[in-house]
Amino acid sequence: MKRLFAKDWWIWIVLPIMLLALYYDFIGSPNDVQLGASARILYFHIGSAAVAGIAFTVTAVASIGYLIQRTVVWDIWAAASAEIGTVFTTMILVSGTIWGRVAWGAWWTWDPRLTATLILWVIFAGYLLLREWSDNFERRATYSAIIALIAYIDVPIDYMTIRWWRSIHPVIFTNQGINMPVSMQIPMFLSMGAMTLVFILWMAVRMRLMRAEMGVVDLKNAIRSHIEG
Amino acid sequence: MMAFVLMVIFVFAFAVDTGRVQFSLVFPGTLWMAFLFAGMIGISRTYAHEVPEDTLTGLILAPGDRMTIFLAKLTTAFLFMIAMEAIATPIFFSLFNEPWNGSWGPMILVLVLGALGLVELGTLLSAISANLKSGEMIFTVLLFPFEIPVLICTVEATQAMLSVPSGNPWLWLHGLMAYDAIFLVLPLLLYEYLWEV
Repeated sequence: MKRLFAKDWWIWIVLPIMLLALYYDFIGSPNDVQLGASARILYFHIGSAAVAGIAFTVTAVASIGYLIQRTVVWDIWAAASAEIGTVFTTMILVSGTIWGRVAWGAWWTWDPRLTATLILWVIFAGYLLLREWSDNFERRATYSAIIALIAYIDVPIDYMTIRWWRSIHPVIFTNQGINMPVSMQIPMFLSMGAMTLVFILWMAVRMRLMRAEMGVVDLKNAIRSHIEG
Repeated sequence: MMAFVLMVIFVFAFAVDTGRVQFSLVFPGTLWMAFLFAGMIGISRTYAHEVPEDTLTGLILAPGDRMTIFLAKLTTAFLFMIAMEAIATPIFFSLFNEPWNGSWGPMILVLVLGALGLVELGTLLSAISANLKSGEMIFTVLLFPFEIPVLICTVEATQAMLSVPSGNPWLWLHGLMAYDAIFLVLPLLLYEYLWEV
């Protein structure tokens, strides 16, 4: 156990912040006047959305980095971040669907925000399939970088949907300030912070695993060429 | 492409009982879904022809800007799409007894912009999929979500034109123009990187 977390000692910093966020999400914040306790899913929902946005931005920046420098490390950053971003987008969709049933009375509506988020999820699922089905490393890295850059266009559009078009999603972050009482802002920002720390932790572990996977592939190739040659 | 779109019309005629259903409500969606499927079949073959004889290597080695290869492929796919739309649209209208209430100018514009929207990213994705093991599958999986904005704008614009009294298609046409402009520039910026592997 001690050796297991030797590299990740800072998990002990992330853990209390996560617990604190959970405390504020479920106990330390008031119920919503209209939606009651169901509104607490908001902290999870917005936290996931913030991390998905960060994750896909990291993927886009790393993809530009790969196309310019052609170094493996950029590809690892892009792929790891896209994987985690897709998981967080799944969490947005699932939590949003559950909340939608309670708040709007429907599991799903073809609202601009929901449509844009679903498109984003499907595109990045395609991105991951492209990576899975490619056998040549350089092609995989280049093609997925190109796809990631095209897909990233949807991220700012997704953010702006509720501002550009009529949507049933409320606009919380406005030019005039945050459209929410302070007692709800605290758990919301705590959840965002805790989930961002989870993203960082997850990135570190996933990138380490990817480097190990590449090491195994290199080793296999070296053994194969040694036997054949 | 043409044979495929005719088959889609044929299948739709049996799938939807036009006698009982008010078909005009789903007509624009049916029209553009047929164009999307037919376009997908046609565009996915854009680069596939170059693979068996490895003629793409010859094209890349030819003196001149590689951009011209992309633009030539894009233009060819676009012209095929336009030709298919020009033949299939009147057939659609006549076979489904859809009355024509719109004006020709915006209808031609939506057909041209829709075709352009479908082929721009399609040509880029076709270049990617031609070099991959499960290329055709990846092409389909990636093309559909990218083309959803085109589908929304074209269907809504067509619906606005055909409805009585007719609506305003320009909001959707402007959206389509923005999409076409973005996805014309982006592949042009990224296309060069495709050939470095």
